[in-house]
Formats: sequence, C-alpha cells, structure tokens
Amino acid sequence: MAVAKSERLLNLLIMLLVQRHYVPKDRIRAILYPDSSTEAFEKMFERDKEELRSLGVPIEVGNMDAYFDDEPGYRIRPDEFALPDISLTADEAAVIGLATRVWEHARLAEATTEAVRKLTALGLPLDVSALDIAQPRLSADEPSFDLFWEAIQERIPVEFEYRRPGATAATTRHLQPWGVVRYSGRWYVVGLDTDRDEERVFRLSRVQGEARRAGQPGSYDVPPGTDVRATTMRLAPEPTTGRAVLLVREGSGLALRRDAESVEPGVAGPDERTGWDRVVTSRGGTGAADEVLGYGPDVYVEEPEALREAVVHRLRAIVGEAS
Amino acid sequence: MSTPSASGAKDQVARLLTLVPFLHSHDGVRLDDAAAALGVAPGQLLSDLKVLLMCGLPGGYPDDLIDVDLDALEGPEADGVIRVSNADYLSRPLRLTPTEATAIIVALRALRSGAREETREVVDRALTKLEAAATEGSAARQIDPGEVDLERLDQVRLEADLHDAVARQRQVRLIYFVPSRDEQSERTVDPRGIVSAHGFTYLDAWCHSARAPRLFRLDRIREAAVLDTPVSTAPEPPRDLSEGLFKRAEDTTLVTLRVEPPARWIVEYYPVEAVRPGPGAALDVDLLIADERWLQRLLLRLAPHARVLSPTELDQAFTRRARATLSLYA
Repeated sequence: MAVAKSERLLNLLIMLLVQRHYVPKDRIRAILYPDSSTEAFEKMFERDKEELRSLGVPIEVGNMDAYFDDEPGYRIRPDEFALPDISLTADEAAVIGLATRVWEHARLAEATTEAVRKLTALGLPLDVSALDIAQPRLSADEPSFDLFWEAIQERIPVEFEYRRPGATAATTRHLQPWGVVRYSGRWYVVGLDTDRDEERVFRLSRVQGEARRAGQPGSYDVPPGTDVRATTMRLAPEPTTGRAVLLVREGSGLALRRDAESVEPGVAGPDERTGWDRVVTSRGGTGAADEVLGYGPDVYVEEPEALREAVVHRLRAIVGEAS
Repeated sequence: MSTPSASGAKDQVARLLTLVPFLHSHDGVRLDDAAAALGVAPGQLLSDLKVLLMCGLPGGYPDDLIDVDLDALEGPEADGVIRVSNADYLSRPLRLTPTEATAIIVALRALRSGAREETREVVDRALTKLEAAATEGSAARQIDPGEVDLERLDQVRLEADLHDAVARQRQVRLIYFVPSRDEQSERTVDPRGIVSAHGFTYLDAWCHSARAPRLFRLDRIREAAVLDTPVSTAPEPPRDLSEGLFKRAEDTTLVTLRVEPPARWIVEYYPVEAVRPGPGAALDVDLLIADERWLQRLLLRLAPHARVLSPTELDQAFTRRARATLSLYA
C-alpha cells in the first residue's frame, strides 16, 4: 500500500515535471488514478498534491488555455523544483559539513542534515575531517521554540501565557512574531504585541505551557527594514551594572574578586574573627542583593545604601524581625 | 518543519528525490556507501530503489520506466554497485525547504562567530552561496543565533581539549571553582567524557583527589591542562544524565522547600524531584541535595522567598546563618 502510494506520488511528480505545459486534470486522472471513482480521485489527488507540496515540490496551477477552457492544469517548473547549482570550494564544503553538528535540537539538527544531504547529492564533497574549527552548539530547550520558529517562517500570529519576572500570575499575550534572537545564552522572540499595538520582546523561557497558533499563515508582514537583533537589544532588559563597595572576608568571595575593579586588602571589617578586604565591583546592578546574600556572613555591603538596605531588609524577613 | 504525521510514502519520495541525484553525481557508488552517505539503512535503500522500477514517464511504454539493475544488488551475480538509468529528469536534488535553509544558515552563522579570522572568511563565502540558493521562504534573517561570546568561546575550545584528552586517555589537571564552597581547587582527573544536562555541560571524570567519579561544570573550570600521563583508572563511558545529576551519588538528602512566587524559577532551573501546590501561590518542592552549603547559599539568594519544610535542622541552620549575617550590620 505504502509502496503503491510512493509510486503514485513519484509518477505524479515526474509527469508534472517533464511536461512543458500544464497537464490537464483529466489526463492525470486517466493515467495515474484509472480505477478511482470521481469522488475518490478528487480526494486522493488533493492529498497527493498536498504531500508533495509539503516536501517543498512547487506544483503550479494554471489554465490550459486562456480562451477556451476553465479546466485547471498542473505543472512543476524544473528551475523552481531543483536546487540551483552551487559550486563550493573544498574549504567551503568543509564548513558546511560542520554545520550539521551545531544544532542541539532534534528537528533543526535533522533539517540541517537533510540540507547537507541535498548538497551532497549535487556532488559536493563534504568532508569534515580536515577542518580545525571551534564548534559552537546551539541549543533551544524552550518548549515554545518550535512553535515560534514555525510561526516566523509562515507569519502566523501566536497566543501564549507569559509570566513577567517577579509577577505571580501569567497573562495571555498576542504576538505577531518577527524573529527569534539569542542573547546572553537565551532565546527571545520579538514582534508586534497586538494587544498593546507596540513592538515587544519576550524571553522564551518565561512562556508558560504551550504557545498556540492564533491565525492563518501570511497574516501579517514584518515591517520592512526590521533588524530583529537591534530591536531585541533595545527592548530586552539590559543586564544593569552598578558600582558597589563590599567588605569581603579574607579568602572568600572568589567570584567577586575575579572581576573586581579594585581589592584593598587588610581593612577594618564588621568583626574581628578574620581579616577583611575591601572589594569594589561593577556587579552592583540587578541581582546584586541575591549575589551578596548568597555569601552569608562573608560579605558586608558598604555602598550603595539601597543595596545595603535591600540586604538587611531581606535578612530581617528571614529571622522574623520587622524592618 | 515537516508535519509530525508524515506518511511513510511521503518520506520515501523525499529519500528518492535525494537518492537519484546522488547516484547521478556519484557514478558507480556501492549500495553500502550510498546508504552511509545518505543516512539510510541499506535494506531501506534497496526497498526505495525498487519503487523506482515502477516509475517513469507517463507514456506507459516499458522504455519510459526508470531502470534499476537489481541483479547487481541481489543474487549470485551481485557486485553491490547501484546502476540506475533513464531518470535524467530527476538528476538534480529538490530545493532546500524554508526550514532546511534557515536551519543550515543559522548554524553556519553560529559557526562563524566561533571561528578564527581566516575561517570566518571561508564561512562567509559558503554563506553567500547558500543564501543565494535558498528559497525565498527562508526566515534565516529573522533567526539570530547571536555572537558566541568570548567566555563561551573559551569553553568551546576547552571542550575540544577535553574531548581530545578523553580520546587519547590522558589525565587532565584542572583548576576548578566551587561556588557553594567559594573555593578554587587543583586536582588531577581521568576524563571519561563530556555530558550535558539542563543547559550545562559537564566533564565526567574520575577525580584522584576525591577518589571518586565527579562531574565538573565546564564554565567553572578555570584552567585545564592535558597531561602526557595516561589515565590510571579503567576507562568507563560517561554517565547518562537524563535521569538527573545525582543518580549515582550516594550521600544525598531529600529536602522539601516551600517557595513563594518570586523564587519559583528554581523549579525550572534545577532538577527537582517533585512539585506540589502549597498554600496560596506557594509551591512545595522536593529536591535532592548533595551539598548542604549549596542549599544554604541558594536559600540566602532567594531570601526570604524560600524556606525549608524538612528536615527542620536545615531550616534552623538557615536561620542561624541569616542571623549571623544580620549581626554584621548591627
């Protein structure tokens, strides 16, 4: 059964590919679907065309004769069907071969491999053994990544639940996605938020549950000249920096010291149990209170006052004192 | 991306549309070699070839059909070489689908950002040619893998060195940073392999200082020197981390935390054993802990949005540590 269908699909493809002109539907039926009722033929033919198109086979519909006949005909133009000639030098072929090892994402790794197989079928020697190159990996573990990827290819609006940092509940958002961008190791989607009628950026790891298609393919256009990376950089929360002056117990706070602006050893500290060093860091922005708190009694905040207050306030909350 | 319910027939046609041009450009190729190059089982490739026998031009004459020399592939006379004729109209592979084009172009851009100057130029040439050949439907412009930042690049090169040490069974001297202990240590290990779990990459190795297998997070390895000394423990494949990091650790404690919404991210971030709704918007989370200092550090970072429900001595230790920290400001 499957074999018979493979034969039919391939024969249909060949038939439409080798003809110069549109092939009339009744001729297709007579040759490839001779034993089917009209209804069964229509159904099978529809599905067969659809399956070939989903492989990327460009089946065109047109009229046989503009003057006489409304009967549609079909054809596949060889130049639309075939991969254009690509001539690659050996080193170009080698980097293309390496591309198959980049994606750590099953479907995209497979799509890349399939693309490379097609290039191999052109006769290109894709030998990856000779090349010395660092191979970055691209992962995309966010469950909503696939849906946004498809939506971007096909320009389909998407609806999803999104939890903003610090927010308790998720809210439903509607987006016309323009692109996805990786930034600081995370994927973001950028697009037009249709509830607010403004461009917005969302971090995919904060999308809750399944994102859903909310419209037809080709529903919108990406504004011409959109630079998705620039838009993301503009709208994504900057990793803020700020200067902080800390007293760090001798021998601890290695990560703080590593990129410190300055370290002044042997200063007076809040206790005499050990020696203390004054560490000036530029990591005083968002998240600084978390980082300082993690060190417990090994790090003391001198400045800024806001950071000091935040740390004291949170410690009081643990031990049950009012602040 | 292809639809998940792709039929067997559709997949077979897709394979044939790549196989026929492959045979056209690789004259006299053997079945096994073609199967390996195209990532298809040899038996499947043979079945695919048999489909071709029934396909061809729509004239209905025997000469119209594609010819496959099956005697060369099966039976006593077989030499294993694939010979297909009468299929010149299929001599070119199908265009890249939009997903294929996007996936390969984005992968190349990622490679580009990790490459040295002279290789970048090669990648650029390859990209220009591929982009020209890609279908109009490609969304490669809209998918931006970003620059591999320098720290990440160091890690990529570190990983290459470690792979090399595993392959050659050489010991590695590591300088390793342990944030939970806030200390840096030097140790010699017998590397077993590189493994990934929940977004991090680890070196699995036998640690001679600990006299036990240990996992080292690559982004915490400050330095690694591949030594000439061969490994001294029996080589073992790296462990499978899909079941969680602590599968093989014996000295773990099961801890139950109550986390308020601002700290809920830990559920996605760390491998947790179980999550139950708590009072209000809180969650009760079971977590396997191998190192109590790690937990204390995490709790302080999250303060005051996470508490230990059990074991209670850990909660008491946490309160003591918070009090000690607070006393600095008194």
